[in-house]
Amino acid sequence: MDWGTLQAILGGVNKHSTSIGKIWLTIMFIFRVMILVVAAEEVWGDEQNDFVCNTLQPGCKNVCYDHFFPISHIRLWALQLIFVSTPALLVAMHVAYRRHEKKKQFRKGGQTCEFKDIEEIKSQRFHIQGPLWWTYTSSIFFRLIFEALFMYAFYFMYNGFRMPRLVKCNAWPCPNTVDCFVSRPTEKTVFTIFMIAVSGICILLNVAEFCYLLIKVFLKKPVFFFF
Amino acid sequence: MNWAGLYTVVSGVNRHSTAIGRIWLSVIFIFRIMVLVVAAESVWGDEKSAFTCNTQQPGCNSVCYDHFFPISHVRLWALQLILVTTPALLVAMHVAYQQHQEKKLLVLTGHGDTKHLEEVKKHKMRISGSLWWTYICSVIFRLLFEAVFMYIFYMIYPGYQMIRLVKCEAYPCPNTVDCFISRPTEKTIFTVFMLATSGICIILNMAELVYLVVRACARRAQRDSNPTSGKSSLYGHKLSTEYKQNEINQLLTEQDGSLKDMLRRNPGLQEKSDRCSAC
Repeated sequence: MDWGTLQAILGGVNKHSTSIGKIWLTIMFIFRVMILVVAAEEVWGDEQNDFVCNTLQPGCKNVCYDHFFPISHIRLWALQLIFVSTPALLVAMHVAYRRHEKKKQFRKGGQTCEFKDIEEIKSQRFHIQGPLWWTYTSSIFFRLIFEALFMYAFYFMYNGFRMPRLVKCNAWPCPNTVDCFVSRPTEKTVFTIFMIAVSGICILLNVAEFCYLLIKVFLKKPVFFFF
Repeated sequence: MNWAGLYTVVSGVNRHSTAIGRIWLSVIFIFRIMVLVVAAESVWGDEKSAFTCNTQQPGCNSVCYDHFFPISHVRLWALQLILVTTPALLVAMHVAYQQHQEKKLLVLTGHGDTKHLEEVKKHKMRISGSLWWTYICSVIFRLLFEAVFMYIFYMIYPGYQMIRLVKCEAYPCPNTVDCFISRPTEKTIFTVFMLATSGICIILNMAELVYLVVRACARRAQRDSNPTSGKSSLYGHKLSTEYKQNEINQLLTEQDGSLKDMLRRNPGLQEKSDRCSAC
């Protein structure tokens, strides 16, 4: 179970998304997941091994590393990407439920036999109206909330988005204050800013999609809104 | 065989699950297995190499690590996830058996063309009769395994917090030695996360159990008040409307024991009232 499987699952939701939703999904997988896997993971690969403290005291390095990096950037991004992609599954479940209902109707030989074959029901695209609109809008809302929460958590934990070269540590068992040096701080700063920027773009796309859905609904006649 | 292989095997059961069962499956694969693979494994990756003891005594490091970490969290979670997902295979096997029996019946009653046989494979089995019992057993086993592993976790690592420092006195360490664990905070965060999702899965399983029992009782009440309705299989319904009882009896006298058993067990084909409590 890895990013490829998640992409396969979410790719199925793509068919029922708006155009902005499709762009969002592409940005997610190409500019965030792929960058995380092919680049960021290697940059942070030696984060603990190459975290060096100016002391011979055993245990000081471990403790200082743990103090300054409670959770690694990579893991935080991985969790963020998982949480941000999963609201789309709400939409997938709703679509699957509607398909199931249509298949049941088709089997019973309902009056609206507009499908020649059960296969056609599977490949039919549902328009974002009625209860599906509410599910879709909720999923976008949750995406926005998760993105914002993680960006805030990031900012709060690391006091800004810059990776310092040197941290001063005085946690026990380090004797007095000890200088510790972070490995590849500039490269890490570059990737952090990149990931934050793409996260910001995704937030903008989600806000745009949200507004688009609201406008689409209010432009139609109000009586159609509730069906 | 890796997690992707397990996903392929278990997601085949998805079609015959309840809605809660499908949600449970998504939570397992996305919030537990995926987080384990993409995040937790790299957090625990250097657990032994970065476990440092304040001594130069050879062997002390290994002995202390082994004393405090008899089995790594990651391996425990992997075992838990495998054991928790496999009861679903009981259901898969039962469904495959039922489908095989339906196909046999179709061939015998002259509907053995490929179109009908394909439909047997594609249609969703209703969770009633013996399949209901199998399903309930699988949910109970899931609950049991989850609970057992959470208990084992608590026994081996009392408290869910990973401490920064452990004091070790095992031979060959001289006296008491301070040993420092790598990334304790990150490990605590992931431990809490995995336990929380485990708790959510336990709640989902209980909800599914309650839902199945309530649904079965409601069906039974409906059947008691309206005995002529309700069939338990797709073809049971079609066949009983197309064929008269004496034609099926004719088949019964001609065919082998296993098919007679199936027709006896499958009340829809016989148009008798259902004596099974879970239909």
